[in-house]
Amino acid sequence: MKIIIMGCGRVGARLASLLDEDGHDVTVLDNDTYSFRRLPSSFGGTALFGNGIDEEALKRAGIEGADLFVALTQGDNRNVMSCQIAKHIFHVPRVVCRIYDPLREEMYASLGLETLSPTKIFAQLLRMQIENPEARSK
Amino acid sequence: MYIIVIGGGRLGYYLLKALINEGHEVLVVEKDPRICKTITDEMGSVCFRGDGCEAATLGEVGTGRADMLVAVTGDDEDNLVSCQVAKHKYNVPRTIARIRNPQNAVLFKKLGIDVTVSSTDIILEAIEREVPTHTITQLMSLEEKGLVIVDVKISAKSATVGKTVRDLTLPPESKLALIIPGEGSAYVPASNTVLHAGDQIIAVTTLETKEALRAALRGVES
Repeated sequence: MKIIIMGCGRVGARLASLLDEDGHDVTVLDNDTYSFRRLPSSFGGTALFGNGIDEEALKRAGIEGADLFVALTQGDNRNVMSCQIAKHIFHVPRVVCRIYDPLREEMYASLGLETLSPTKIFAQLLRMQIENPEARSK
Repeated sequence: MYIIVIGGGRLGYYLLKALINEGHEVLVVEKDPRICKTITDEMGSVCFRGDGCEAATLGEVGTGRADMLVAVTGDDEDNLVSCQVAKHKYNVPRTIARIRNPQNAVLFKKLGIDVTVSSTDIILEAIEREVPTHTITQLMSLEEKGLVIVDVKISAKSATVGKTVRDLTLPPESKLALIIPGEGSAYVPASNTVLHAGDQIIAVTTLETKEALRAALRGVES
């Protein structure tokens, strides 16, 4: 699969190297080249400098032939906008969007984006672990 | 009308002032407490401190009963999200977004934002108008109809000088509305109107045929 990941933070870099290990064709996009230090030296994909809400940068990253686009920058709105560009302008078959704000996440999910809210997921995980500590040790 | 403005920067500030003067009920949503204080000190309680992209904030300021939401922050992505939340969560009838990257106009339209205003395009047009060699200026765009109103200057070098309007092959979607001669008053062109150097032609055309119209009106440059 040809995969584009926007945002080379801790999660972006880790996901990129995992998918690269699985044999996918991975391109990571970030508007700060310093972020690419997080990629392991074994990373065999492409690290590209560029702004993911700019159509030209997305084209350079090869979005026209991409099978999957994942938005993982720190800004919810940037993620939302780039995912909508990927989906509605470039018709990428699968688009995954990280949105921290649970309310915004629910709204964009209802508008048809595939969304994940780390806030919601992590709060649920913590609650499970606090209320049911044995479940973890099993 | 109840109008919500997102972003209290320079643009938001002057927009707020203008809308209040027109007698509208206006509220500006601004993150920065210092900007909020300046606005409140000057104009009273017309500034709400908060993130205008958050559904909760927009709920608090009564977006559900707003007639219009105008997002004028400096970031296109924030303006997009504010307008989308207003539209889809609170059914605001009219949303207007400022955009800095003119390319985003297409995307925003596709995503249901009613109007986009590209500050970059407007400044470019204003500057181009002042460049004497610039032969076509876009005066206005009628977004909903997909039409633009342009001003084409006929110079002594234009191959069409001395020709009649009938002789020109204009793009089908174009209409000449007015001729403003170098001297004298403006008049409506007829098919036997002769073009002169120094004429300014005001025409209606589509964005796509703008360049074709310019070429037709000026002919091959000699």
